Amino acid sequence: MEKEPNTTSNGMLGWIDERFPLSSFIKNHLTGYYAPKNFNFWYFFGALALFVFVMQILTGIFLTMHYKPSASEAFASVEYIMRDVSFGWLIRYMHSTGSSLFFVVIYLHMFRGLMYGSYRKPRELLWLFGVFIFLLLMAEAFFGYLLPWGQMSYWGAQVIVNLFTSVPFIGPDLAEWVRGDYLVSDATLNRFFAFHVIALPLALAGLIFGHLIALHEVGSNNPDGIDIKSTKDKKTGIPLDGIPFHPYYTVKDLVGLSVFLIVFASIIFFAPEMGGYFLEANNFVPANPLVTPDHIAPVWYFTPFYSILRAVPPLFNSQFPGVAAMGLSVLIFFFVPWLDKSKVRSIRYKGTLYKKWLSTFVISFIVLGYLGTVPSNVWGQFYSAIPIIGGSDVATIIARIFTVTYFLFFILMPIYSRKDITKTVPKRVRM
Amino acid sequence: MKNIIIIFAIIILPSFSFASESVKLQKAPIDLDDKKSLQRGARNFVNYCLNCHSASYMRYNRLTDIGLTEELIENNLLFTSDKVGNPMAISMKYSDAKKWFGAAPPNLSVTARSRGADWIYSYLRSFYKDSSRSMGWNNVVYKNSAMPHILWELQGEQHLNHDTNELKLAVPGKLSPKEYNQFVGDITNYMVFMSEPGQQKRRQIGYYVLAFLFLLLVLTINLKKEYWKNIK
Amino acid sequence: MAEENKKIDLNRRKFLLTATSVTGAIGVSAAGIPFVSSMLPSEKAKAAGAAVEVDIAGIKLGEIKTSEWRGQPVWILNRSDAMIKKLDNNEELADPDLKVVSQQPKYCKNKTRSIKSNLLVIVGICTHLGCAPAPKLLPKGDMGSEWEGGFFCPCHGSKFDLAGRVFKGSPAPTNLVVPPHKYINEHTVLIGEDPEGVA
Repeated sequence: MEKEPNTTSNGMLGWIDERFPLSSFIKNHLTGYYAPKNFNFWYFFGALALFVFVMQILTGIFLTMHYKPSASEAFASVEYIMRDVSFGWLIRYMHSTGSSLFFVVIYLHMFRGLMYGSYRKPRELLWLFGVFIFLLLMAEAFFGYLLPWGQMSYWGAQVIVNLFTSVPFIGPDLAEWVRGDYLVSDATLNRFFAFHVIALPLALAGLIFGHLIALHEVGSNNPDGIDIKSTKDKKTGIPLDGIPFHPYYTVKDLVGLSVFLIVFASIIFFAPEMGGYFLEANNFVPANPLVTPDHIAPVWYFTPFYSILRAVPPLFNSQFPGVAAMGLSVLIFFFVPWLDKSKVRSIRYKGTLYKKWLSTFVISFIVLGYLGTVPSNVWGQFYSAIPIIGGSDVATIIARIFTVTYFLFFILMPIYSRKDITKTVPKRVRM
Repeated sequence: MKNIIIIFAIIILPSFSFASESVKLQKAPIDLDDKKSLQRGARNFVNYCLNCHSASYMRYNRLTDIGLTEELIENNLLFTSDKVGNPMAISMKYSDAKKWFGAAPPNLSVTARSRGADWIYSYLRSFYKDSSRSMGWNNVVYKNSAMPHILWELQGEQHLNHDTNELKLAVPGKLSPKEYNQFVGDITNYMVFMSEPGQQKRRQIGYYVLAFLFLLLVLTINLKKEYWKNIK
Repeated sequence: MAEENKKIDLNRRKFLLTATSVTGAIGVSAAGIPFVSSMLPSEKAKAAGAAVEVDIAGIKLGEIKTSEWRGQPVWILNRSDAMIKKLDNNEELADPDLKVVSQQPKYCKNKTRSIKSNLLVIVGICTHLGCAPAPKLLPKGDMGSEWEGGFFCPCHGSKFDLAGRVFKGSPAPTNLVVPPHKYINEHTVLIGEDPEGVA
């Protein structure tokens, strides 16, 4: 068979296209990928998350060139990066600020999904990919947090690894296996380093790829939750409410990126410690296995889950219920696509019942997050004269209440999403 | 939506003002643009602190950032065998120090970041005579601190009134209280500088970066508007 | 709205596109600077590679002393008059006129390749592939009857004379490197720093 000359393009691009599907890739995923035209600012955070991921990989590579994963040298090597390496301070602050902003962006991205029902059929798998990414991201952040080998790094790792000891039967052996020693030590640091710089980033890259493939297979959701593929131009077959991702959303995302970079740069250059929330004061003290700091708390992005751990009382002298509750508070996101029984996707057409529950969830998440950053006795105790709760911590009681509401948002979802009085969804999207 | 933001603000804002200090700290006079204060602080730090405490993440030649020349550093601050590119180390052995003081004096390179400037400033002002301690000194800010009052000749002797928890200067020292406050203020200022020698440069670069990013923002906003003007 | 479609202003669009791309490109390259420069020698490496003082009082005529600068061997050879005289014989040399300027500082671009005519200060690393040549200062010996004294690299057989100049036919392309150095006093040379007044 003879090849038709010049069907697509010639020159360099033509040469490549005969060997690699470059043009068709650009067409399928950028210029010919039709996204709903009514995205609002909530839709910036997916692209921003990808950007932060790339930045973390890039700054991470350069930090790895100077960092030493050994208990005797780790802390000093971080200070070496901060002082002796040319622009090392900038790369390190980009990485440390990036990790916190990664979670800011991911939490907003997830909240967007909850608001607009982006997990509903046919996007269940897309959502599952996302929850997996979130899980691994938490692991990635946890492993990375040990590397500066400061007091918070050390004791944070100590506490979290010790959670494994509460697993029935195999607990203590499991914790020892994770640490590779009888306490958090050089061996632990070395293996956490391996997980942080190669194992998890590789897995994350794979999952992000899957997330994007799944997204482009089913198409983006939108604030109205309307399927734009159901109203297509009869001649061209292009969705009437769709616009090509490139150039429209590339230029729009550039605006989002610019705003994000302004926030990013403001923190890096003017408040890299972010008042002790991004870089904690106690982490400027080298790890000391003999002295625990007065007040240890995880970094802010873990605190909601940490509060749940602290709120659940031990059962039969076992911490396991707390650990299980903490695990469940993350894993429960996997089930959301099957818990929501509402007739509509987006919050715009859902009733007040759903809105109230979503607000309750957000408030629970924030209050739990705040409580996790402070000592549990911060608000004092109830007067012992009050029946039942008298004599116990105000903060603990509040954490318990919000732990319950946190879970009720998910557990009761099948009921209230059915009962909720929804509005009629229009055929076409609104801008 | 607005409700959520308001609730968010109510809940989050107090957390920023939250402080768990039991002792009220005095505000340290930090001014990293005051090169004279930093230079005095560097000299005092080398003369008084660097005998027991190391600051080994800091290199002597980094003092050029506060206006000293390498020659000045070499002639006035360096021990004879040291080179100007060396870190501020001490010859005391860790194990010896531990034996002598009960606790090894910590490396002070980043203490201003872990304790905070106000803590250091208040700590250096809050020693008082306490015969029950082996070194004869105690501290209000850091109870039963292992460190003796190195600067007592300068500050004099303070006594603690255990009822009011207030310190009183019982025996005056070589410096007046005002001079002494300036003396430890300079040391604190220097320690803040030393905890991150590049911080002034960092802020300077920051202004340029932000100016650039705002320009980029203006451009991208206009570009987006231009492309989107027919989408409705 | 009066018009259904606002006119697309191609000029404006092109201008904005170019301006944003150029600004973005400037931003990306500026952001690259910290990353590239982080791979340069750090302050620690610079401190370790600082100039070293070497005591030269004990080096007798015709003897060589090896010291270390930036982790490299630096030879200080105290040449006798006979040795200096041999340097006139330069027919066999690849670069007798020291045309490759990177191999010595300006103040050593002379016949003896040194500040003081007897004292040769030279980096003992072959310019071919970085082996350490062996000093063969005496004539003849195991180097054969033609040999007048110099340095011999055992890796690939490069030969240098007593001023570190490479002989024709050696794999090494250039003369051995004379490092920046200066004399602090009669007995002390500082390797790694130029004399005052020289850039």
